[in-house]
Amino acid sequence: MRARWPALGLALLAGGVAAGEIGPSERRSGRDFMSAETRAMQADDNSNPGMLWVLQGEQLWSDPAGSKNLSCASCHGEATESMKGVAARYPAFDDASGKPIDLAGRIARCRTERQGAEIPAREGDELVALTTYVAHQSRGLPVAPPADERLAPARAEGRRLFETRMGQLDLACASCHDDNWQGRLGGSAVTQAHPTGYPIYRLEWQAVGSLQRRMRGCMVGVRAEPFAYGSDAYVALEAYLMSRAAGMAMETPGVRP
Amino acid sequence: MGAALLALTAPAGAQPVGATDVPTLIAYEVAGDAITGPLGGTRGDADRGAKLVAERQKSLCVLCHSGPFPDPHLQGNLAPDLKGVGVRLSEGQIRLRVVDMKRLNPASIMPAYYGLPAGERVAATWRGRPILEPGEIEDIVAYLVTLKDE
Repeated sequence: MRARWPALGLALLAGGVAAGEIGPSERRSGRDFMSAETRAMQADDNSNPGMLWVLQGEQLWSDPAGSKNLSCASCHGEATESMKGVAARYPAFDDASGKPIDLAGRIARCRTERQGAEIPAREGDELVALTTYVAHQSRGLPVAPPADERLAPARAEGRRLFETRMGQLDLACASCHDDNWQGRLGGSAVTQAHPTGYPIYRLEWQAVGSLQRRMRGCMVGVRAEPFAYGSDAYVALEAYLMSRAAGMAMETPGVRP
Repeated sequence: MGAALLALTAPAGAQPVGATDVPTLIAYEVAGDAITGPLGGTRGDADRGAKLVAERQKSLCVLCHSGPFPDPHLQGNLAPDLKGVGVRLSEGQIRLRVVDMKRLNPASIMPAYYGLPAGERVAATWRGRPILEPGEIEDIVAYLVTLKDE
């Protein structure tokens, strides 16, 4: 062990991770690491449990809500048309707040500002279902991060966070998802952390949840204090991850172990 | 007797662990790529070490390492297989690798099991605490030196 590693160690004395971003030709969706059974579950809408959230979101889309008694459809019409490709472009720059916003944050903003409804809870059924329904309208389309220079600082910050060792276990996202994506942690495939299937139905959760919930799980796993849902830090990580996944096909709702 | 006192007169390069504003850890002496004496002066128990290595919440060993432990299908492969590690490495070499692998390889993904947390945003529960206590480290070392079959 000692004989093999000193050279590598010396090259990285700064203590950073040996981060090598994954080359475009090597990129693989998390789906490709799953068992045949789980892949089949995702592929068939009749067996994909995430479709229940899609259906719930479809209902919510046309239900009037809030003090203005407006539904999403009142302004946006048919989601199958108006929302096609939208999720593939998020996070996007939000002029009102002057910073990037994630898709769930944008939907929550519509709920409060356009419909006059209560702020929906992050990871609550309503927001997760609506986000899943909207993202589902991009299924099969390529991830298409906007060519908006105002997003560059968030992407850079997301990459910095991705490569920062965190928690008592002192691991960065990149320690596993750039440097060891071909390996297995415990019995589970590490994967490359491409967010193509979100919100996903995770068998471990027995529910659909967001990319931020998934990242929270990893942060707790390395014994770090997770960021707050909707925080700039999570949005920056999302912006970075979507830029890494540019061109890959959206899968929402993905099914993952 | 031994390790803690030795550390007070440790040669350059063998930095005692701990600082004044955080919980102090037991000091130890690094000689080459080994910590010769047991942490706290007492060697561990191999049976307790075997249980601790196989356990998935506290030691976490098997998340990255495979080896001659129960449930091979739940073992990771991000780190060297521990089968035969007792032949490849001495007790003292194993001890240093468990205590602080990053002394040998700063880029290692293996956390320092007996050090103060180095990552950012350490959760409150774990702040200022090593992953394992000296006695637990010694139990694991006592077990790993018994893995002689290659």
